[in-house]
Amino acid sequence: MMIKPLDQAVGSIDAMKAVFARDMKVAFRQRQDLLNPLLFFMMVVTLFPLGVSPEISFLQEAGAGILWVAALLSVLLSLDHLFRHDFDDGTLEQLVLQPQPLFLLVLAKTMAHWVLTGLPLVLLTPVLGVMVHLDGNSIAILCLTLLIGTPVLSLIGAIGAALTLGLRSAGVLLSLLIIPLYIPVLIFGTGTVAAAAEGAPVGAYLALLGAFLVLALTLAPFASAAALKVSLSNS
Amino acid sequence: MAFDSFGAFLAMEGHGPYVWASYGVFFVLMAVLMVGSYRRRNAVLQSCRQPAGSRSSRAPEPDSDTAPAAAASFTRVDVSQD
Amino acid sequence: MWQFFHKLGSPKWFYGIAARLMPWLLVLGLLCLGAGLVWGLAFAPKDYLQGNSYRIIFIHVPSAFLAQSVYIMMASAAVVTLVWRMKLADVFVKAAAPVGLVLTFISLFTGAVWGKPTWGTWWIWDARLTSMLILLFLYGGVIALDRAINDEKSAARAVAILVLVGVVNIPIIKYSVDWWNTLHQPATFKLTEKPSMPAEMWVPLLLSVIGLYLLFGWLACLRMQTEILIREQRTRWVQDLFHVNGGAR
Repeated sequence: MMIKPLDQAVGSIDAMKAVFARDMKVAFRQRQDLLNPLLFFMMVVTLFPLGVSPEISFLQEAGAGILWVAALLSVLLSLDHLFRHDFDDGTLEQLVLQPQPLFLLVLAKTMAHWVLTGLPLVLLTPVLGVMVHLDGNSIAILCLTLLIGTPVLSLIGAIGAALTLGLRSAGVLLSLLIIPLYIPVLIFGTGTVAAAAEGAPVGAYLALLGAFLVLALTLAPFASAAALKVSLSNS
Repeated sequence: MAFDSFGAFLAMEGHGPYVWASYGVFFVLMAVLMVGSYRRRNAVLQSCRQPAGSRSSRAPEPDSDTAPAAAASFTRVDVSQD
Repeated sequence: MWQFFHKLGSPKWFYGIAARLMPWLLVLGLLCLGAGLVWGLAFAPKDYLQGNSYRIIFIHVPSAFLAQSVYIMMASAAVVTLVWRMKLADVFVKAAAPVGLVLTFISLFTGAVWGKPTWGTWWIWDARLTSMLILLFLYGGVIALDRAINDEKSAARAVAILVLVGVVNIPIIKYSVDWWNTLHQPATFKLTEKPSMPAEMWVPLLLSVIGLYLLFGWLACLRMQTEILIREQRTRWVQDLFHVNGGAR
């Protein structure tokens, strides 16, 4: 699907809105793609009680970590689609040619990606949290950390998706490049829940996660845009 | 000398296996890296030396598991900037 | 100054300079490293706490030190690649990354072997070991990306972006791993405190660090020469190399 050429007069914010709305529209035409990361999320979480131990005490202790790792992996899985379709049908080249700054358009695409994958994961978390016997307070904190953390995952992941665009075995390569960069988010995401379980104040942890988000919001779109230009000149 | 005899030097008071394993891995890996890089440079130099007609334009790679990478580097031959 | 800068970017000029520098780097590097290691292995006094196993420090610290600085050097080269599109910077990144990977692996391996007599286990999720492991992954990613992209110019720029993203993340990763470590592990395990080290220990350590740096310089020059030859094998100056030297082998 081609996008309408955006006029020079169209402001950057309007252009972002248009890109965002278009991505939502395209995604809802292929609903299976939306469901896949969610199914994957649930399946990975299911593997842990089956593979390690269904003991309530183990699940309570490890639950937050399991959910975080599962969420991280499903975001990773969905990243391949972020630019792929647009790359294949040429829409991406049109996007690069727009007069509006590319990093803003990439930011809009990344935000759409988060709304379509990260947000549903957060909404699904309470159900899975109950299944791994987390208490109400922990579930609330976990959802909050995922709410702040998954946009960071999408933003950093967009860099990897842009770098590996159009390469053979892009999926595996993407994981190799991105997982090391996800580690801080994972550490602080699960650390917050652990601190909450011990009754420690979590404000500082949430603030740090927020700092990650702000940092990723300001820097990652530039890197993604630069990487997209490289990948497009490659093909 | 911190040791009384050569035997004591090798044994390192029971820590010998750890120390020598570390040094062994260090020396082997550094030697492989250095000799490998050196031989590869010479192999590339050799391939440049051949007359233009018979020269294969892809770089020789010493290890066989990177053969696809060598084939891929076919496109990497670039014209000089000077 | 700009002329010098321009010259520096010329592969031909670098090839000649490297050829002249390399014997010095190799000889001095081997001498320094050899002296440092022999001194450290046979003559330095043993550590009163850890006994002789501490002698691993003379390879562990230099390789860990270099593994980190190689990444920083690669990041500086990546900036040069992106801003000035200087070919040599890209050649350096390509040449240095595998060396950095090997050095990171050596420091991890020696750290693990050192851990066995000191901590009683091969691996602990110590902050430093963990961040070195992540550094290993970063190197692996850089090499994998470089190998996956066929086009030379795209590979150069993509790798440069990845290296820069990595270098922004390194302090964050380091900080968060330190923080995570204090949360999960009682801080009972500590390597030797460095400032309290006597001169008979730190002088050989310094020597081996310098030696390994020089050897890295040699390796980088050698591997850059290789890469330059591959890229420029059809050019006149590469062909001239052989005719000036008599042509035949």
